[in-house]
Amino acid sequence: MTATKKDPVVVILQLTGANDILNTIIPYTNGHYYDNRPKVVIPQDTVLPIDDTLAFNPQLAPLKNMYDDGNMAIIHGIGFENSPRSHFRAMDIWHTCEPEIVGTEGWVAKVVRDLDPQGENVVKCVNIGQGLPRALALRGVPITSVSNLETYGVMSSVPGISGEEERNRLLDRFARMYAPAIGTGATMDFLGQTGRDALKGADIIKSAPANYTSTIEYADNPIAKSLRDVARVHTANLGTQIFYTAHGPFDTHFNQPPMHTRLWGEVSGAITDFFDDLREHDASDNVVMMIFTEFGRRVRDNGTGTDHGAGGGAFIIGDMVKGGMYGTYPSLAPEDLNQGDLDPNYDFRGFYSSVVDQWLGLDPVPIVGGKFEQIQFV
Amino acid sequence: MSGKEDIALISHLMRRAGFGASRQELEERAAKGYEATVEELLHPEEQPAIDDDMLYRYLPGYEGALGPPINQAEWVYRMVNTQRPLEEKLALFWHQLFATGNSKVDNPPEITQQIAMFRRQALGSFRDLLVELAKNPAMIWWLDNNGNHNGAINENWGRELLELFSMGVGNYSEDDIKDASRAFTGWTIEPKIPRNPLGRFYWNFEYRPEDHDDGEKNFLGHSGRFNGEDIIDIVVKQPATAKFLARHLYNFFVADEPQVPSWNINPPNDPDAIDQLVAAYDESDGSLQAMMRLLFNSDFFKNARFARVKSPAELVVSTVRLAGSYQGPRPGFNMLAMECNWQGQELLNPPSVESWHTGGEWIDGGALVRRVNFAAGLLGDTSLPGVKTIIAKLRESGVSAPEEFVDACLDIVGPLEFSESTRSELLDQANEDGGLNWDSEENSEKSERNIGVMLALIAASRDFQFA
Repeated sequence: MTATKKDPVVVILQLTGANDILNTIIPYTNGHYYDNRPKVVIPQDTVLPIDDTLAFNPQLAPLKNMYDDGNMAIIHGIGFENSPRSHFRAMDIWHTCEPEIVGTEGWVAKVVRDLDPQGENVVKCVNIGQGLPRALALRGVPITSVSNLETYGVMSSVPGISGEEERNRLLDRFARMYAPAIGTGATMDFLGQTGRDALKGADIIKSAPANYTSTIEYADNPIAKSLRDVARVHTANLGTQIFYTAHGPFDTHFNQPPMHTRLWGEVSGAITDFFDDLREHDASDNVVMMIFTEFGRRVRDNGTGTDHGAGGGAFIIGDMVKGGMYGTYPSLAPEDLNQGDLDPNYDFRGFYSSVVDQWLGLDPVPIVGGKFEQIQFV
Repeated sequence: MSGKEDIALISHLMRRAGFGASRQELEERAAKGYEATVEELLHPEEQPAIDDDMLYRYLPGYEGALGPPINQAEWVYRMVNTQRPLEEKLALFWHQLFATGNSKVDNPPEITQQIAMFRRQALGSFRDLLVELAKNPAMIWWLDNNGNHNGAINENWGRELLELFSMGVGNYSEDDIKDASRAFTGWTIEPKIPRNPLGRFYWNFEYRPEDHDDGEKNFLGHSGRFNGEDIIDIVVKQPATAKFLARHLYNFFVADEPQVPSWNINPPNDPDAIDQLVAAYDESDGSLQAMMRLLFNSDFFKNARFARVKSPAELVVSTVRLAGSYQGPRPGFNMLAMECNWQGQELLNPPSVESWHTGGEWIDGGALVRRVNFAAGLLGDTSLPGVKTIIAKLRESGVSAPEEFVDACLDIVGPLEFSESTRSELLDQANEDGGLNWDSEENSEKSERNIGVMLALIAASRDFQFA
C-alpha cells in the first residue's frame, strides 16, 4: 500500500509497435550484441552504463537521471510463453491477460471496476488518445476517452459554431435531447444515460485546463502533449486513478536508428517533464507510471532495422518506486535464443499483479487471471 | 411523383439493404416501385462493379493493401461508392457472422480476399458459401484447420462451423464435432512463402489426400466415409441451420435480437418471421437470394423501421453518403476507416470469432461521443455537396415557419421518424433561431446556418443512432 493519504494513481504508457529493448537497455559489453547488430547498433562509446553489463541508450539520459535518483525500476525479460510475432495478437494478450484464447475484457477496465464498482465517477479512468484500447473495454465500466483536452466534449465538431455562448446553447439542447423520456424503450433509455454520462465527464474534465498553470514547457510532440494532458487532469483532483496513453510507432523494420532515436528522445523528455510538472504541483508522490510494449525485436538486425521478436522490457517510474533492475536480462548466446529471439523469463501478468496488489491494494488474481510472481517495487 | 409513404418505405429498404441513399435516388427508386427495387438489389450482377483499375490508379496502396488502416479504407471506399448496395451490405453481414480477424491471421490481403469471396457468394446458396468458407485460406489459418491432421485432429474449425457458423449450440454432440473435424483433415493451405524479403504473398487452399482421415464417421445420425463437403451437405439440411441463419438475417436486416450467445435460451422476438424465413430456405434448397427476397417483401420487415442500432460501419458510411463528401477516389478514406475503429468496429479485425456484440452494445461513452461528433460534424457542414443539395431542396420547397422547417429537415434526411421528445427540442431550437427566409442575402445566410445547426442536432440525437 502507499504511504500517502492520496488515492494511488497509475499512468500506463504503451509503446506501440514493439520497442527494440536491445537498443534501449543495451548489453554493451556482450560480444553477441555486436555480432548480431552490424548495422542497427548503439556505439559502445555513446552508451550510459548502469553496471558492467548493461547501459542506457543515450536518448534515455533524462531517464538515467531518474534511475540514478532511485525512481525507476527496469524489469528484464518480460513477456509470455509462445510469444506470437503478430502485433495485434500480442497486444491483445497484453490487454486482456488471455494468452490462450482471444479475450475481449480489458484488464485495466477490471481494475477500474474494482476501484469504482458503481461507476460513480465517470472520470475514474481517463484515456488520452483516439478510441479505446481493448485494455479499457468492459461492459458497464464508464471510461472517459479524450483525444484533445481543449476541444473534448460532444458537439465539438460542428462547423460554423464559434464562441462559448453558441456552443453552450447546443450543449444545453443536447442535454435536453438526452433527458429521460417516458416510453421510448430500453435502448433509448440507455442511450440517454450514456449521453448524460458523457456530458458529465466532459463538464468535469473541462475544469482541468482552466485551472492549470505550470512553469514546465513540454516539447511539441504527441507524447509530450498527452502527458501534459494527464498532468492537467491529475492536478485538477478529479478523482482519476488510472490514465492510459500510447506513443509510437516503434515498429522499426526499416531505417531504425533515426526513428528509434527520435521516439526515445520524445518519450524520455516527456516523462521527465511530466514528473517535474507533478512535483511542482506537489502531486507526484501518489503516481507511478508503467511502461510496456508488445514484444521485443529480433536479436539479429536486418540491415537497416529489426524484425519482430519476443522478450521485451518494462519500466515502472515514480517517486515512491524502489528503483533498480529486476529479473534477469535474457541471454544473447545463440544456444539460448528462441527462433532467433530473446527468450522471455518473466510473465507480464506478474508485472501487472505487482502494481494492482502493492500500489492499488486490489486483489490481482481475478484481474490478471491467476497468481504470478510479483516484483517488490514499492 | 411518389407519395410520402412510398419514399419512407424505400428509404427504410435502402438503409437496410445498403448504406442509405440520397433523396434523388430514393425518388427514382420509388418511381420504379418497391418490388422492382428489391429485384434490382437481388441482382447485383446487373449493376456495374467498382472499377478496380481506376481505383488502384488513384489509390495504388489499395491493391493488396498491406495492413490497417489501408485495407479497411479499401473496404470503406467500396461501401461508400458501390452501385451494388445489397452485395456490399451482405459482405458486411457475412464478415460479422464469419468473423475473421487480422489479430491472428496477420495477413491483411488474405482477409480482403475473404471479403471478395463474400461478395461473390453473397446471394448464392448457403451450401456453396460454407464450402468456399471451408476452403478460404484466411479462415483455415484463423481456425487452425492447417493443424487438423489425420490421426491428430484440431477441432477449432469443426466446432465453430457448427456452433457459430451454422447450427448454434445445443444442436450437436461433442462426438459430432470430432467426426466433423476428422472429415476436414487434409483441408489446408499450401506452404506459405516467407514474408521476407519480398513481402506478403497470397495463400492458397490445398487438399492433401494423404493427410485426410478417410475412415467411417458418424455425424448427426448419418454414417459414411465423409469428407468435408459431405459434412456441409448434412449441416445445411438441418432444421437448426435454417433457423440459425434466419435469426442472423433477422438480427442484421430487420430488428435487434438478444446477443447471439443467448439464443439457445432466449426465443426470437418474432418467431413467425423466423418461420417464414426458414420456409423460404427450405423451399429454395437454401438459396440466400430467396431468403432475402422474402425478407424485404415481408410485412415484418416493412414494419420494423428504426428498430436497429446502427453499427459503426453503417453510421459512418451512411452519414458520409448523405453528406456526399466521399464520392470517388480521394484522400481521407483512411480516416473513415479509423473512425469505424474508434467507434468500436475495427473492420477486418473483429474482437474474436464470436464477432462484435451488436444492437445497444455498440454504445459506450467513448463510442457515443464519437458517433455524435462525427455525424454532427458532417451534416452540420454546409459546404459539403450533399448538405448543399439538402439546403437547395429546402429552399425550393418554400418552407419557412419553424415547425415546417423542422419537419422538412426530418423528411429530407430520411424521412426520419423521431420521438416526440426529440422533435420538440428541435422545434424549440427552430423557434429560438427562427425558420427559413431567403429574401435577402443576409437572411439567406442565416437560413443556411439554421439548417446546418438543425441537421447537426438531428445527427447528434438519440434517434439518429437507429436505422
